[in-house]
Amino acid sequence: MKLKYLLLTLLFTVFISCKNDTEKKTTNTTESHSKQTAPKEHKGQAAVKLSEGEDANVLQVAMTYKDKEGNKPFSTLVAAVQAAGVEDALVNAGPLTVFAPVNSAFEKLPAGTVETLLKPENKTKLGFILKNHVAPANYPIKQLKKDVKKGRKLYMASGKYLTVENKDGKIFVGGTEVLMSVKVSNGWIHVVGDVLVPSDK
Amino acid sequence: MKTIIKSIFSLVITATFFVSCAPTTASKETRGNAKGAIAGSAAERVYVAPGEHDSHYAFISGGFSGQLSVYGLPSGRLFRVIPVFSQDPEKGYGYNEETKPMLETSHGFVPWGDSHHPDISQTNGSVDGRWVFINENNTPRIARISLETFETEEIIEIPNSAGNHSSSYVTENSEYVVAGTRFAVPFPQRDMSIKDMKGNFKGALSFLKIDKETGRMNIAFQIKMPGFNYDLSHPGRGKSHGWFFFSTYNTEEANSLLEVNASQNDKDFIAAINWKKIEEYVKNGGGKKMPAKYAHNTWSDDTHSATSTMEKEVLVVEPKDVPGAIYFLPTAKSPHGCDVDPTGEYIIGNGKLAAAMTVHSFTKFQKAIADKAFDGEKYGIPIMKFEAINFGVLDQPGLGPLHTEFDTRGNAYTTFFISSEVVKWNVKDLKVLDRHPVYYSVGHLMIPGGNSRTPDDKYLISMNKITKDRYLPTGPEVCQSAQLFDISGEKMELLLDFPTIGEPHYAAGIAADKIAPKSRKIYKLDENKHPYGVKSEAETKVVRKGNEVHIYMTMIRSHFSPDNIEGVKVGDKVFFHVTNLEQDYDVPHGISMIGANTSELLIMPGRTSTFVWEPKEVGVWPFYCTDFCSALHQEMQGYVRVSPKGSNIPISFTLDGDIPGEEE
Repeated sequence: MKLKYLLLTLLFTVFISCKNDTEKKTTNTTESHSKQTAPKEHKGQAAVKLSEGEDANVLQVAMTYKDKEGNKPFSTLVAAVQAAGVEDALVNAGPLTVFAPVNSAFEKLPAGTVETLLKPENKTKLGFILKNHVAPANYPIKQLKKDVKKGRKLYMASGKYLTVENKDGKIFVGGTEVLMSVKVSNGWIHVVGDVLVPSDK
Repeated sequence: MKTIIKSIFSLVITATFFVSCAPTTASKETRGNAKGAIAGSAAERVYVAPGEHDSHYAFISGGFSGQLSVYGLPSGRLFRVIPVFSQDPEKGYGYNEETKPMLETSHGFVPWGDSHHPDISQTNGSVDGRWVFINENNTPRIARISLETFETEEIIEIPNSAGNHSSSYVTENSEYVVAGTRFAVPFPQRDMSIKDMKGNFKGALSFLKIDKETGRMNIAFQIKMPGFNYDLSHPGRGKSHGWFFFSTYNTEEANSLLEVNASQNDKDFIAAINWKKIEEYVKNGGGKKMPAKYAHNTWSDDTHSATSTMEKEVLVVEPKDVPGAIYFLPTAKSPHGCDVDPTGEYIIGNGKLAAAMTVHSFTKFQKAIADKAFDGEKYGIPIMKFEAINFGVLDQPGLGPLHTEFDTRGNAYTTFFISSEVVKWNVKDLKVLDRHPVYYSVGHLMIPGGNSRTPDDKYLISMNKITKDRYLPTGPEVCQSAQLFDISGEKMELLLDFPTIGEPHYAAGIAADKIAPKSRKIYKLDENKHPYGVKSEAETKVVRKGNEVHIYMTMIRSHFSPDNIEGVKVGDKVFFHVTNLEQDYDVPHGISMIGANTSELLIMPGRTSTFVWEPKEVGVWPFYCTDFCSALHQEMQGYVRVSPKGSNIPISFTLDGDIPGEEE
């Protein structure tokens, strides 16, 4: 076993020295040229960094937002988004309106539900549930109020519709109250206290 | 144990494989010799993998397109065409109300220009990536382009000048950018017989002061030189900082059939100007203010608008009034390029009709001035004795030398138009080291940082005038082109042909890391001071003022506010003032209106832009977003109702049935 480690170290050393030689050889070579020798790992749009002065998008806000106590209220949602592999969709030009369940919303689900959904084999199912929280549209609260008035439903990325109601000035979507709203660069986040499980799946 | 042995075996194999990637002497040698199978490696050296970035920016002049193009090196990929002297419907430049003043001149609105020689601003003799300047040849102008926004920020017209060719080169601390007239003209312009040209036409050399903070240009002084053709120029640097050198031809002062009559003199001149001396003279009240008329157009990133001012006078300096400031350096046969090496010692005249290249020495020139080694004078300007200033000549290097650039190793690279080649030669030894054919008939060449003390000398591009069979044919008009060479080895290696927009005259190059990190991403909405800009949908409105209708409109994914407008009448002049409310990188929106006699607007996040529509027909006319902005881009549209002239339908505007911003 020790021998194996020794050889691994050796291999590593050889590799390093080879890299140094390459650098020496191409003293005048451009950075991009030396980088070209190794194929780039292609990351999606979610990897694009926020630039100074620019507003954050849905995913960036969900990942960094902290409540008064310094907790991250969307950490379960973010974990689910990552497990479902749909990060790139949340940074897209959209526009998107996301009804974002806080961590306690997931705790309301039957015991073991979240753990089951996070398993790789349930990726599609998890994705479907998450998509039920996303409307491919720009819906500020004002617009949602107007939608109630005009009797419109919300078409979600899951293909399902959610009802929208106005109860004494409070907006309810899919039966749960919108607790707070955040304007983000690619649309809106409305915070909700329940997971909006699609009706028949 | 068996598995361990197996893995040892495979590890050893892998290790051997990695070791083999270490450089060999063979691979080093092949760098200088791109022949046979080895030429294949050129592909690797220009290949920038998907998602990777180029190492250099190249700003290549758009010639008769009037624009400036931005390419990546080594890939040769086109990133952007910056509109400068010509209208560009893609970006609305010269069509929208905000940018129209940029194209104002003393001759009125000129929608086109002939851009020539880009040059990047410098600090301490190195390109600093703040601005790029470019000259317009036809209606003499110099433009300054911000390398933060990649937009034209300023255009200044040059009076008393015509064919503004020997510009727009920058001194080593961006003290001045110069302009020199190619055509001698009456100075000031007047009605006179052409055949009386000799002695009566003059050549203006203009020095434009650059503000250190803002980059703003102002004509500090114009030197009223003899009526020769001033072709190209370069600043002194290092030891020769404070001087500027201009090549001249047609010192015969011919006014017709110049191809014959301007080639009579054996030698023409490089005009050496001690601008520091003239600056001092002007500071002490020297020079004479003369009436002139020239436009000075400036762009503001606060109001997102340009302003055009007509200037009324210019300070003119007569050479005879500043003795010791101007000399003529005799140089063989109609020199075109006039280039100064990175040390500032060697001044090279590319005599386009000469069999030899002339290399002057700045040190000898200074001594010759002290020794009064003159060979007569012309129009009161001393002509230096050729032998007293000349370092040497490079005999028979090629046919038709045009331009020279330099590396940091004492070598010069000269283009030869007639023999279609780039020749590498050592300046001190005056020996040719290498030559490489180009395809075909090369004009300028560029090494990044070429006009500086510190060339970044890995790459060289040649910009060719003729391509013939080099690309797939596209009818009678074929590709303009550049060719990329690796000059890091002893021999030049041709790596890549790439097409360019027309016509690539000069170019300016710079390492990407001097520009990319500070490239602007968005315009902050709360800093928007456009007089018709709005910050939210609640502020959007439509206002009638006589027959003018002003629409204060916003755009955000994926709608306009307002998107239903009524009360517009035939004969109205409708202004769409449109603000992009997005604050997200790379989310522009566009807008266009059916029948508008102008271009679309392409509006960056946080910016306001205006177009005018004069409806001629009654009806309901749609407008829409022209830039695929979002998943609901096809939904981003609206209607304007146009009623007959004299109709009493009042102005109204809504979004989703309500007046924007009004509580339901």
